[in-house]
Amino acid sequence: MSRIEKRFEQLKSRNEKALVAFITAGDPDLESTRKLFTALEKGGADIVELGVPFSDPLADGPVIQKAALRALKSGTSLKKIIALVAGIRKESQLPIVLMTSFNPVFVYGANRFVDDAVKAGVDGIIVPDLPPEEAGELESYSRQKGLDMIFLLAPTSTEARVKRIGNLSSGFIYYVSLTGTTGTRDRLADGLKEKVEGIKKATPLPVLVGFGISGPEQAGKAAKISDGVVVGSAIVRLVEECQDPVEREKRVISFVKEVKRAVLGSG
Amino acid sequence: MKASQLPDKQGHFGIYGGKYVIETLMPALEELEREYRSACQDPVFQEQLKYYLRQYVGRPSPLYFAENLTRRLGGARIYLKREDLNHTGAHKINNTIGSALLAVRMNKKRVIAETGAGQHGVATATAAALFGLECDVFMGEEDIQRQSLNVFRMRLLGAKVIPVSSGTRTLKDATSEAIRDWIATVETTHYIIGSVVGPHPYPMIVRDFQKIIGEETIEQILEVEKRLPDVCLACVGGGSNSMGLFYPFLDNPGVRLVGVEAAGLGIATGRHGASLGQGSVGVLHGMMSYLLHDADGQVHEAHSISAGLDYPGVGCEHSYYKDAGRAEYVSITDEEALDGFKLLSRTEGIIPALESAHAVAYAAKLAPQMAKDKIIVVCLSGRGDKDVNQVAARMGVKL
Repeated sequence: MSRIEKRFEQLKSRNEKALVAFITAGDPDLESTRKLFTALEKGGADIVELGVPFSDPLADGPVIQKAALRALKSGTSLKKIIALVAGIRKESQLPIVLMTSFNPVFVYGANRFVDDAVKAGVDGIIVPDLPPEEAGELESYSRQKGLDMIFLLAPTSTEARVKRIGNLSSGFIYYVSLTGTTGTRDRLADGLKEKVEGIKKATPLPVLVGFGISGPEQAGKAAKISDGVVVGSAIVRLVEECQDPVEREKRVISFVKEVKRAVLGSG
Repeated sequence: MKASQLPDKQGHFGIYGGKYVIETLMPALEELEREYRSACQDPVFQEQLKYYLRQYVGRPSPLYFAENLTRRLGGARIYLKREDLNHTGAHKINNTIGSALLAVRMNKKRVIAETGAGQHGVATATAAALFGLECDVFMGEEDIQRQSLNVFRMRLLGAKVIPVSSGTRTLKDATSEAIRDWIATVETTHYIIGSVVGPHPYPMIVRDFQKIIGEETIEQILEVEKRLPDVCLACVGGGSNSMGLFYPFLDNPGVRLVGVEAAGLGIATGRHGASLGQGSVGVLHGMMSYLLHDADGQVHEAHSISAGLDYPGVGCEHSYYKDAGRAEYVSITDEEALDGFKLLSRTEGIIPALESAHAVAYAAKLAPQMAKDKIIVVCLSGRGDKDVNQVAARMGVKL
């Protein structure tokens, strides 16, 4: 059983929802990411999602775009992120998912990437610009090596696509709650509950809601109608705003704790 | 499968092309392909398209024998396919008329576009005005500075020009920003891509709307020369005018197809836009193709004197032609393009766009090496009015 599956089993037995916390790896540098990872774990994140910076992140709003630029400026690469995960694994068993545009993976070599990621202790990958139509090789090799490949579903997904992706995805389903790029919004999208219910009928996998979750209130509401939430831009903005490393970690811990409480309260 | 029958059902040209986009857009791409295929079979749509291309755009565009230029160069006979004479001054309108008609057919009330030099933005704004569509054009801040004339033209036509300040603030980032807008507005908006790039079915659709360039060329050259040309020559940024010229010649192996990329400040400087010549395979803006990027897969900034060639990627079908050996890709520096710009102005009284001047400059290299009974067709993709300010500044002339 993978770390991700195990985590969802535990949550289920406790009747709890999942909190996935996202930060951009290397923002502002990899040493900070190492410490922020610990902060996310202390705050109560169930899974940490590390964003791999890319020069042209099409699915990201301004907050995560800027984080990617900061990370690239400090010399972050996919190779160094994998090495970072290997280091983290010596101390933590928290599930780790990499979220990356396809090009860095393609250039690295899809199979080599899977081998190295698994060896380092990465549990899953999300490649937003790689729909099932193009995922062939990476998906089958990941499956073979026990690396969860998590696919996205969106409000625009047709019934046929929900079914296909529900069958193909592993670990969980990442439901993009709104038609748009990443970034916080004032309120949750209309019809979220119905959409999530529809997906849950098509797949036994946990369905997590991401994109646009701004803080505890929305996280609580979204978690109530799903299996958990992904919070990204709101944390990345905290990282951006706070220059002092110690203060930054403190604020991240307390924010994640707050979101976690809301997620727990939703159960 | 014959090359001219590509892409395959999944939108691939060999390994190239495909649909590398977020799930949110996948249903819209499926819908677009369905609608496009049904429009291809719909005689009413085809009649409409033909009507606007003839009565509004001014097609067919002439195939002009450049006698003075031919004499000056002393080699092969040079013909110019005069896309610069189209309404709005470039080949871009061939695609935007067709695509705006598709938007109307799909009942989308708003269109968006990216633009570099502003030619595609102007052509999209024009088609939007014609068909009563709301139009937003994404343009890099850097290009807004360089192409103020086209920015004002778009506004006159009723379009909103949205400055893009992210990344390199040029065509690459304007394209990224247009895609981000489309992710948020896909249910009401049609994205009109300006070149044979992007996720399937865009490279196919844009090629099909542009192939009229090559189809007319075949008819026109057969009429005067009673045979096909020896060489077809066109500039390649994203590669839509070149693809439009090349595609109908694909199954005639006797016709050499030569694409001219931007060598910018010189290939050796690393500051150029020669994706096919110097790049390697990668994925950007929804497709797999040749790309200028580093060993970590981060995309490089391109450079060219011409905003339209200032792009680190290239149309996926060109990548396929390159690997298959069906087309050759060469490059021309900023300086050489400026020489081509002046050469055509002086010899023929035609001021070419800086993009097209790259093709002219390569013709000036190639023609003297060829016998006098050989024929070269150069696609003159646009006129140079938009570039006059920039060229004057480079020549140290104050206007």
